[in-house]
Amino acid sequence: MGKSIREVYGTVLAELGDTNENIVVLDADLSGSTKSGIFAKAHPERHFNMGIAESDMVATAAGLATTGKIPFVNTFTVFLTTLGLISARAQVCYGNLNVKFGGAYCGMSDALDGATHHATEDIAVMRALPNMTVLVPSDATSTRWATKYAVDTYGPMYLRLSRDVYPDLYDENTKFECGKGAIVRDGTDVTVIACGILVHKALEAAEQMAARGVSVRVVDMYSIKPIDRELILRCAQETGAIVTAEEHNIYGGLGSAVAEVLAWGGTGAPTEFVGIPDTFTETGKYTDLLAKYGVDAAGVVRGIERVLARKH
Amino acid sequence: MSLTPERTAELQELCRQYRIDVLTAIHGAQSGHPGGSLSVCEILTLLYQQRMHVAAAHPDDPDRDRLVLCKGHAAPMLYRNLIGKGFLPPESMNTLRRTGSPLQGHPCMRTPGVDMPSGPLGIGLAAAQGMALGLKLNHSDARVYAVLGDGELDEGAVWEAAASAVKFGLDNLTAIVDWNKVQLDGTTDEIMPLRDLPGKWKAFGWNVLRCDGHDLAALDAALDAAVACKGVPTVILADTVKGKGVSFMEGKSAWHGKAIPDAEFAQAMQELGGNV
Repeated sequence: MGKSIREVYGTVLAELGDTNENIVVLDADLSGSTKSGIFAKAHPERHFNMGIAESDMVATAAGLATTGKIPFVNTFTVFLTTLGLISARAQVCYGNLNVKFGGAYCGMSDALDGATHHATEDIAVMRALPNMTVLVPSDATSTRWATKYAVDTYGPMYLRLSRDVYPDLYDENTKFECGKGAIVRDGTDVTVIACGILVHKALEAAEQMAARGVSVRVVDMYSIKPIDRELILRCAQETGAIVTAEEHNIYGGLGSAVAEVLAWGGTGAPTEFVGIPDTFTETGKYTDLLAKYGVDAAGVVRGIERVLARKH
Repeated sequence: MSLTPERTAELQELCRQYRIDVLTAIHGAQSGHPGGSLSVCEILTLLYQQRMHVAAAHPDDPDRDRLVLCKGHAAPMLYRNLIGKGFLPPESMNTLRRTGSPLQGHPCMRTPGVDMPSGPLGIGLAAAQGMALGLKLNHSDARVYAVLGDGELDEGAVWEAAASAVKFGLDNLTAIVDWNKVQLDGTTDEIMPLRDLPGKWKAFGWNVLRCDGHDLAALDAALDAAVACKGVPTVILADTVKGKGVSFMEGKSAWHGKAIPDAEFAQAMQELGGNV
């Protein structure tokens, strides 16, 4: 079974709005796409459609936050991290204001609209902003947790949300923690540290490698900032090789965040990076694009093969 | 309630003193923005020292009035006014732009009394709009002031907020444009003509007022009219003079952002009646 991540997000936000009057939701003429429209239907007096004006939306949210509101801004991620960035940086993060960024259509999940609508540098942008927390849910349950966490916890927060359906991964009673990752499959020969849809691709890859006699550990690094240093270093020590996997440019995202920890920790474990190879993407079916840019199970398998070749 | 002649005279004297203190701080830092700090003097001083409900003893009062200095480079005049309201000790003024100072080059949240960081132009009006929207949701009668520069109006984001503030009926929001006709590289006519500025705001649906931005009584009357206007936000286009009060700075883009050499500082102090 799987669920549409954007549907889950919109539904959870509307539910949370039932009991928390301070939640206000803004959208930039994409509420039907981001699914903030579900909140709009439930709480029309607390949903503000700003028109196609992302800068206005984020700055307005900054102002709302100073009056005790918990604003969620919603549009395609690629527009949040470009047109919305000046306010995200200079007002929300610099002022440490309680604004939540619902980044819809992450990665290439808006597949058919092409490179202009794909978000492949958003993790890099958002995690470089002081005070910003960066969360990447990987299924319906973790999306539900991340949305609720954003409401319950003060501070600027970025939720990287997919347009697509993700398979179910977690039991609904699973406990998540900001700053932690989760081992979703244990293994001994290599660890794949992934986020978002790549967690599922990594699990597929692990299954394929098991048939070849390789034991692959898979970590869902749903909290990218802060990141689980202890878990990363433990995986490096216990499995001796690391592969990162994300639907994002190989530069600046999860892979870079993991590499920073590994360099600091000095384990010397060989590391390979699976991601979009520093290129603009193109139009196509989502599954075709994931394959073309090497961010599918086959891509993760290749990453594992590369890292094993370097492992002592 | 209109200003009495006595109170007007007191505020004029405050403005003279604030100009001296601001130029002294900028001279001391050998860095800062004298031109736009002097042009916005009466606007900020009237708001903070006469009209706005803000109190250093209750900085987080949910019903306090708010001000976003969208033209954040005029920070020294904001800081002098916050000192005037007791948010900071007077001696902090001369820490302007020093490392570790609460008085950063542009306003930020580490300065008591500041509700929104500013500096990058164009996005302040939308933040003020968010405050006004939040206050309405909270059923507060507090008012929000956004003080913009005229060069800032080159930024497209200003006009995004100009559209949305009308859509949301934010009559608790007053924008004030410090219309000094000069930006960094030259006059606004040379750099990016504003053309029919009142007409532009009118076309967006704002209640548009215009007055002499150095005439305290005229500004006060315009602010009263803004309070009286219901259903739409008000913009006050305040005609001002860049560098107002110092003869050699007036109307000169060269004094937008520039350290003040000792000789010019001495002359400015002489003109304003201050001490070197």
